[in-house]
Amino acid sequence: MNTAQTHSLEKTSPPKRQPLVMRLLDKDPGGKITISLLILIGIYVSIANLLIPEDSVFHITAYGVTLLGKYISFALLALSLDLVWGYLGVLSLGHGAFFALGGYAMGMYLMRQIGDRGVYGNPELPDFMVFLNYQELPWFWLGFDNFLFAALMIVLIPGLLAFVFGWLAFRSRVTGVYLSIITQALTFALMLAFFRNDMGLGGNNGLTDFKDILGFNLQSDTTRVGLFLTSIIMLILGYLVSRAIILSKLGRVVTAIRDSESRVRFIGYRVEHFKLFVFVVAAIMAGIAGALYVPQVGIINPAVFSPLFSIELIIWVAIGGRGTLYGAIIGAFIVSYSKTYFTGAWPEAWLYALGALFVLVTLFLPKGVAGLKAQFKENKFLKTLTFKKAN
Amino acid sequence: MLLTSRPKHGLDAIDKGKTLLYVDDVTVSFDGFKALNSLSLTVQSEELRCIIGANGAGKSTMMDVITGKTKPDSGKVIFGNDINLLTMDEPAIAEVGIGRKFQKPTVFPGHTVAENLELAMKANKSVWSTLFARMTPEQQDKLHETLQVIGLQEEYKRHAGALSHGQKQWLEIGMLLMQNPLLLLVDEPVAGMTAQEIEKTAELLVSLADVHKHSVVVVEHDMEFVRSIARKVTVLHEGSVLAEGNMESVQNNPDVRRVYLGE
Repeated sequence: MNTAQTHSLEKTSPPKRQPLVMRLLDKDPGGKITISLLILIGIYVSIANLLIPEDSVFHITAYGVTLLGKYISFALLALSLDLVWGYLGVLSLGHGAFFALGGYAMGMYLMRQIGDRGVYGNPELPDFMVFLNYQELPWFWLGFDNFLFAALMIVLIPGLLAFVFGWLAFRSRVTGVYLSIITQALTFALMLAFFRNDMGLGGNNGLTDFKDILGFNLQSDTTRVGLFLTSIIMLILGYLVSRAIILSKLGRVVTAIRDSESRVRFIGYRVEHFKLFVFVVAAIMAGIAGALYVPQVGIINPAVFSPLFSIELIIWVAIGGRGTLYGAIIGAFIVSYSKTYFTGAWPEAWLYALGALFVLVTLFLPKGVAGLKAQFKENKFLKTLTFKKAN
Repeated sequence: MLLTSRPKHGLDAIDKGKTLLYVDDVTVSFDGFKALNSLSLTVQSEELRCIIGANGAGKSTMMDVITGKTKPDSGKVIFGNDINLLTMDEPAIAEVGIGRKFQKPTVFPGHTVAENLELAMKANKSVWSTLFARMTPEQQDKLHETLQVIGLQEEYKRHAGALSHGQKQWLEIGMLLMQNPLLLLVDEPVAGMTAQEIEKTAELLVSLADVHKHSVVVVEHDMEFVRSIARKVTVLHEGSVLAEGNMESVQNNPDVRRVYLGE
């Protein structure tokens, strides 16, 4: 055997000595930059909110901290969607459902923490149940007094729904547009269900009026910064987990499924199991994102299940750059920030702005913001090529 | 009756020349049209077989039945001693040792040549073991060996989408070899190839049967190519076997001449 050959092939697998994190981010400059920025933002925001005096221009208000925290949880959601859409090739138009379920599980825990501090002062029942004449707590609220139980449910409920739904859909080999429509129907059905008052989850108004989490007052600055930092840590962890999946052999199988599903089947992989794995992992990440979103925003209601929200997610990932992971994070930030800006400064224009952003990105940046660098390179390459040819 | 030896199961004692694949009286109809009409044929171990036939003669449907993509209306398909392929799905059939090469090269264009081979490699293909899979030295060796056999050792780092048509076809044959199949089904391997590429493909297929001990079934239109590699040829017509034998006897068969030459 050719020894030079062996040597060069071995060089393609990353050296073993490096720590795991560096190995995961090897050849991923975008990821390195994104994670470094996230860490810097985390440090700066904590200092700017807690230590810098309020009259300084560098001070960040409590509102600013929760707003950023909201963006971070959206970024985690976008990241999970990118796993499903960018790598698995499944355009899920109902990914918001998993986010909402995680959010509701967290909301139920926070509701139980209110105790007798509600408007009606009922120690047994949340306000909306007193208002709706509930005599006792519905069975599915049992256990949500306990944070560990709630944390388990945040992971379990979205994961289980994704498992059952994915198992049925992938086993029947539903793909493409049909699958997208079914995912959309899933979130729409859940929205209708959660809107009902007798669902026992607050109906139209959802769950709100939270007081504290794990004994910490939700209105205090330190709690907010704590939640914000937790969100950043979870986002970085989510990124590293996604990256580990993508870099494994399973990741290569998954992208192969995206490119040529039947071929993968003939090679001997059970395609539906691989799809199911990625779908469930993404749903769990989305659920965690929802659970981080709720305490920072202070409310969860059925609007999060609306198909519109799930479609907006798709736009985040498309704008950021599908199939790059860090692109999804960038996209979530850009669109969410523009939304905050426009809905404040010029509310009527927001939907037009979103539409324009989407059209512009599709026309001029088909690979999203994350694809900018490659696009420049390609242009340069083409130019030099045509230049050479012309001479 | 007393058995004089242990009954054979699965792939026990399938030596050279023993029947490896047994297709018996298989009928497949699509909306009344019989794509396969009580087709029967056998393939021996380590045999290189060519199957020819006009469009619609049932060549692709036959491949679909063997690989589990299409389930027949009636008939039997047995692999080895007693493996009933009709009760198995595609991954299970691939696992038992049947590899299929499609007409169009269907490599994974976004993956490198080495990655394509790695994905195809015989391994535990469940989700968990794939997630934590690392290539063992033996598997690395197998990968190098296959790269040599298909002549792509220089290209291992290139994206498969950037290969030439002929190279893609070889890569796909290489992917089949990584699964170490007993039986290789190859669908029109030389369509669209240059003369040199055809020659190299012929060498490759012959060496697969002779040197690497696989049974190879080639479906092909190109008679020149078939003549250059074939020992035994099966002619399909309207879903069943019209003639079988060496190239010469097939060409002189009156039925074949009537169907193909209109005599």
